Amino acid sequence: MEMYMKPSLISKKYFTPGVIVLILLALNGLIFLAFRFFFGIGSVTNLNNQYPWGLWIGVDVAAGVALAAGGFTSAALGHIMYREHFHSIVRPALLTAMLGYTFVAIGVFVDIGRWYYIWHPLIMWNGNSALFEVGICVMMYVTVLYIEFLPIVTERFIGRVNLKKSLSFLNKPLEKLLKILDKGLSKTIFIFIILGVVLFTLHQSSLGTLMVIAGEKMHPLWQTPVLPLLFLLSAISVGFPMVIFESMIASKSFGSKPEMDVLTPLGYTLAPLLGIYLAFKIGDMFIRETFVYLTEINTASVMFTIEIVVGIIIPLRMFLSKKVLKSPPLLFTASSLVIFGVFLNRVNNFIVAYTPPYSFGSYFPSIGEISVTVGFVALLVLLYRIIVMNFPVISQPDERYAIKTKYTIRG
Amino acid sequence: MEKQNRRSFLKTAGLLTAAMTGIPNKSAKAAPEENILSEDRMGVLVDTTVCIGCRNCEWACKKAHELPTESLESYDDKSVFKKMRRPNEAALTVVNQYEKDINIPVYAKVQCMHCDHPACVSACIVGAISKRANGSVTWDTDKCIGCRYCMVACPFQIPSFEYDKALNPEIRKCDFCFNRTKEGKLPACVEICPVEALTYGARNDLIKIAREKIKKYPDRYINYIYGENEVGGTSWLYLAGQDFSKLDFPKLGTKPAPGVSESIQHGIFAYFVPPASLYALLAGIMWLNKKKSESEGVE
Repeated sequence: MEMYMKPSLISKKYFTPGVIVLILLALNGLIFLAFRFFFGIGSVTNLNNQYPWGLWIGVDVAAGVALAAGGFTSAALGHIMYREHFHSIVRPALLTAMLGYTFVAIGVFVDIGRWYYIWHPLIMWNGNSALFEVGICVMMYVTVLYIEFLPIVTERFIGRVNLKKSLSFLNKPLEKLLKILDKGLSKTIFIFIILGVVLFTLHQSSLGTLMVIAGEKMHPLWQTPVLPLLFLLSAISVGFPMVIFESMIASKSFGSKPEMDVLTPLGYTLAPLLGIYLAFKIGDMFIRETFVYLTEINTASVMFTIEIVVGIIIPLRMFLSKKVLKSPPLLFTASSLVIFGVFLNRVNNFIVAYTPPYSFGSYFPSIGEISVTVGFVALLVLLYRIIVMNFPVISQPDERYAIKTKYTIRG
Repeated sequence: MEKQNRRSFLKTAGLLTAAMTGIPNKSAKAAPEENILSEDRMGVLVDTTVCIGCRNCEWACKKAHELPTESLESYDDKSVFKKMRRPNEAALTVVNQYEKDINIPVYAKVQCMHCDHPACVSACIVGAISKRANGSVTWDTDKCIGCRYCMVACPFQIPSFEYDKALNPEIRKCDFCFNRTKEGKLPACVEICPVEALTYGARNDLIKIAREKIKKYPDRYINYIYGENEVGGTSWLYLAGQDFSKLDFPKLGTKPAPGVSESIQHGIFAYFVPPASLYALLAGIMWLNKKKSESEGVE
């Protein structure tokens, strides 16, 4: 009989040498961030009138949104396709998506010149703008992700609300609130799960539409009217590799075995998914006859080739092999390559492909920009660690539940 | 109606579909004088064969927009022509010199072209940029969030941003002297030009004038009006004696710049039918799969 896995708290020491390095990286990022708020964007970044968008939009926002796709693919598999076998990956993926999107929102917040007007799109609408659509959908998707996470909070605290001393009078009302939430959510959560999937497809594709308006400023290798479709397909194919990647890192970090019985079947879906993405990418290249640009050797053609070969073709071949799917290190490598490929694709679309007609030099991110981006990633990992230690997110073998309990939809 | 839409939108994500159908209606009902292409819109015809590179327009522009500037005399300095310059947050228009190797240099003034179908207007996340009835494309400081998507979108690379300001950085570009023309005055650059290289008038008339000029002096001009059809037409039009690529004008198609992106956007959203159908489809799949899984029971 298979071991029943139940989401539970991870009990480990929070501070390890790795965690301390992450804290230092986060602090370093925050210092540069302070400069941005006191002296303007120009004081920290290499952005200028020729290159209005750089690392923060290309990586923190565009790549961030793509790499948080694990939440979507696992929700689609676990809830929409209703495969109970995969329920153990849903919660960690949901948490990553929730934190990932939160940092996307923070990334937008620090990049826009007038951060205190970030709420403007809520009441000032421009239905023609792809950015408006991305903004609204991301805002709603973050909200939906938080709602999807609520059952984990209620599960953690129902029957355990125990505030001390002067706040103790709140215990009963809080308990009641949690119970109402839990009851309400267990009946309505499917609305939000489906909504999350719809919102995901909308904003992933609109993120691709974003650069279409840049027209001639974008290198023809990337500039295509099917960009929205390519963005959506690549986001879908990077979802499970992210889940595999995180699950293996978490297993290593918390000293448990990699969950190969769940991860291997996920790997089976990746060859077809990557195949579809590759077919559209190559097909688009041949229809628009942009392969001619690959004959000249420059940054654009090299980056494009790396993106296709290292990011799609090699992992695609790897996922076709049973040996790779069953071997933790190889599966991890193949997944990392897909992640690298999609990451590079977003960087290419938003930074490498962008060539302004009048430029006085090229753009490369400053130390400040890199520090802030690295700092955000470090903060995200630190928060993830705090949350899995305090909420039942990661599944661990549990002897007390030898028999499967009846399934209820929970985050 | 509008208010209700906003409120229900904020209320709950569950009402998404109902609330969001308001978008197409709303954009169609936008303030009457904005984003409607008027037949009588104004424009400026720039005759680069006449311009003498005095840069008085640069000075007048700064004065009209209350930007810091040195005295008018200092603009006689020709050394600035050594490098190509671009409009930025400190100078909304600049004049560049070309064909330096021949005896008579050619000058080209650069500023916002005031497109008929502006990419920046289409791109702006909050609708802070609008095409006005008089042809000018203006920016609204009360809406702008400083995302700089207009700069990404602009095919002429015109909008600039105050990167060194921590609070209220502005998007700066030529506003076609909206506040002056409103009062019946000429745009500052047109008014000061000593050689009448700039002609202000209704765009339709300017195209006629330009055609006549080309017909009358075929040796002086190439047979091309830059801006007549570029990205769907611009309010500012240029005449030149040589190919425009020699004057650093970008080679652009005749389709409006926002065209493709808007049709993709509206295709995906088409009155929210595709997203709503997707929602229904997913709900169906989820229900079927759940039923299947329940009937199979615990294995």
